[in-house]
Amino acid sequence: MKEIAQYVVNGLSLGALDALLALGVGLIFGVMRLVNFAQGAYIMLAGYVLFFTISAPWAVVIPLTLAAGVVLALVTERIAFRPLRGADGSTLMVASFAVAFLIQSLMVTIEGSGPKSIPIWPVMSDSVTLFGVRIAVLDLISIGTSACLLTGLWLFLTRTRTGLAMRAAAEDFEMLRFLGGRADRVIAVAFALSGLLAAIAGILLFSQTAVVEPGAGTNAVLIAFVATVIGGLGSVLGAALGGFSLGVLTTALQAALPPGLSVYRDAFVFGIVIALLVFRPQGLLGNRADAQRVV
Amino acid sequence: MEGAQMTGTGFDLREATTRLLGRIPLVAALTAGVAIVGLLVQAYGSDELKTTTITGLIDLIMVVGLYTFIGNSGVISFGHAGFMAIGAYASALLTIPLVTKSVLLPDLPSFLANASFAPLPAALTAAAVAALLAVVIGIPIVRLAGIQASIATFSFLAIVQVVLSNWTALTRGQMTMTGIPLSIDVVGPTIWAVVAIGIAYAYKQSRSGFRLRATREDEFSARSLGISVGRERFIALLVSAFLVGLSGYLYARLVGSFSPQNFYLEITFITLAMLIIGGRNSLAGAIVGPVAVTVGLELLRRAEDGSFFVSIPANSSDIVFGALTLAVLILRPDGLMGRRFS
Repeated sequence: MKEIAQYVVNGLSLGALDALLALGVGLIFGVMRLVNFAQGAYIMLAGYVLFFTISAPWAVVIPLTLAAGVVLALVTERIAFRPLRGADGSTLMVASFAVAFLIQSLMVTIEGSGPKSIPIWPVMSDSVTLFGVRIAVLDLISIGTSACLLTGLWLFLTRTRTGLAMRAAAEDFEMLRFLGGRADRVIAVAFALSGLLAAIAGILLFSQTAVVEPGAGTNAVLIAFVATVIGGLGSVLGAALGGFSLGVLTTALQAALPPGLSVYRDAFVFGIVIALLVFRPQGLLGNRADAQRVV
Repeated sequence: MEGAQMTGTGFDLREATTRLLGRIPLVAALTAGVAIVGLLVQAYGSDELKTTTITGLIDLIMVVGLYTFIGNSGVISFGHAGFMAIGAYASALLTIPLVTKSVLLPDLPSFLANASFAPLPAALTAAAVAALLAVVIGIPIVRLAGIQASIATFSFLAIVQVVLSNWTALTRGQMTMTGIPLSIDVVGPTIWAVVAIGIAYAYKQSRSGFRLRATREDEFSARSLGISVGRERFIALLVSAFLVGLSGYLYARLVGSFSPQNFYLEITFITLAMLIIGGRNSLAGAIVGPVAVTVGLELLRRAEDGSFFVSIPANSSDIVFGALTLAVLILRPDGLMGRRFS
């Protein structure tokens, strides 16, 4: 029983982190049809900011890290993605690889390619006992943070004018422009939000690993990308649900697979992803009408 | 009337030459160029230059293979590095000398433990194994469209990674696979590159190739003409996996040792960038892209060493490469060759 509760908490925590990662990717895809691999670089930068500033009080470290994520996201939008607006999806995708590659190489030049260990706040590795189950503080923080952010984002998208414009952009970007929506602003806000989400996810991620290197964030963004698609592209709630399901599925397989097969866990996860795509191509929350399917 | 008669009867040497040259397809000219460079390097190049050239030729074959699927179908694949891995591992299992193999891989099934193939059958078998895997993975993938298909191909790559990293009896798992007979002969890869371009060209000009490009341009019109999108994509995927598997075989012969990590994200991104830089909708682009990137990177690397006219700080070649890739994409979103030669 206790063991099951443990797995539930682990699943929720990993799901919460994956949901945050997927939200950032989903937002940008919604407004620009860009699969932004540079998101991984925003996460990585957050890790390096933590590495440089961790000895300062947390009230300084956290705002600085978040600001770095937002600024980097806005800079990449202005320099790389704005000139490419309207380009073919695959061109945009490769451009985002190039941006990620460029930022990674800059980091290698500045700090070297070796991993740097971050002496993260000791409270993050503490654990508390709730109803007889030991729960890591970090897991609680992850779950709480994603719950708050998800609610906040939902309120922003449904209750504010900019949020409305952003949903309109996801629906039909040209129409938004015809109606006088400010395209540059909507896209800039989406990038700022994705940078913010990446930095928050970065703080949680690096609190877990306590190590940062120039390639950090790449795996996270790939997971986010998969999560966004299985959740249903163009649906922000779908992205969150996709990320959450992926995290829960991973943990569940870890628990359920016999020891000999547990090293193949990720192969099972991705096998299920393929099956899901075949049987539900529009994703978990996607619109049936948006489904693209060949046969 | 008089003027028309004049041009009708007169012979204009310049016009005739232009027309004759115009009849030679660009792809043929580029292929000839690649072959000539390969042979020149074999005859006069240093070992270092030979290695670089073979690496470039392997990338070329991989990208031509990618083009066969991506270019004709319009579906981006992130999974082809998986086929390259299969080609490389198959070539290792078929060509490592038997004694070495019994030490490195003691738990092999006997038909593999005793397999010792000559280069040509090994190359063809390795490519065929990759194509066989494409039959399995193709069944779900060709049923999906657009971005869903891309995610499915990435999932395939992730599965290949996990299996290669853990099936220790066959692959040595995370440990380096080594002991493959090395070769820095440029002629073999050059011939393979020409053959690969020939296969890609033959597919492109085939009935299936035309049908598949029709579905790329307008899926619904193509379907209304009775074209089965799934069937044509399946055929393209098999041809493409065969070519990419071949590049894996050559890679194994060049480097001699590798691990699953060598066939993951880096090679996926770089070869995709090569294809998109060249122009993903044209076979000419699939030749120009890898050549341009290989030459560019080599020049940057030499500039880093200081053995080229200008010298740049160490490690900056990656930064310059990233920036140049971005610049090409912004200035020519359809790639260097554009859509003109599609």
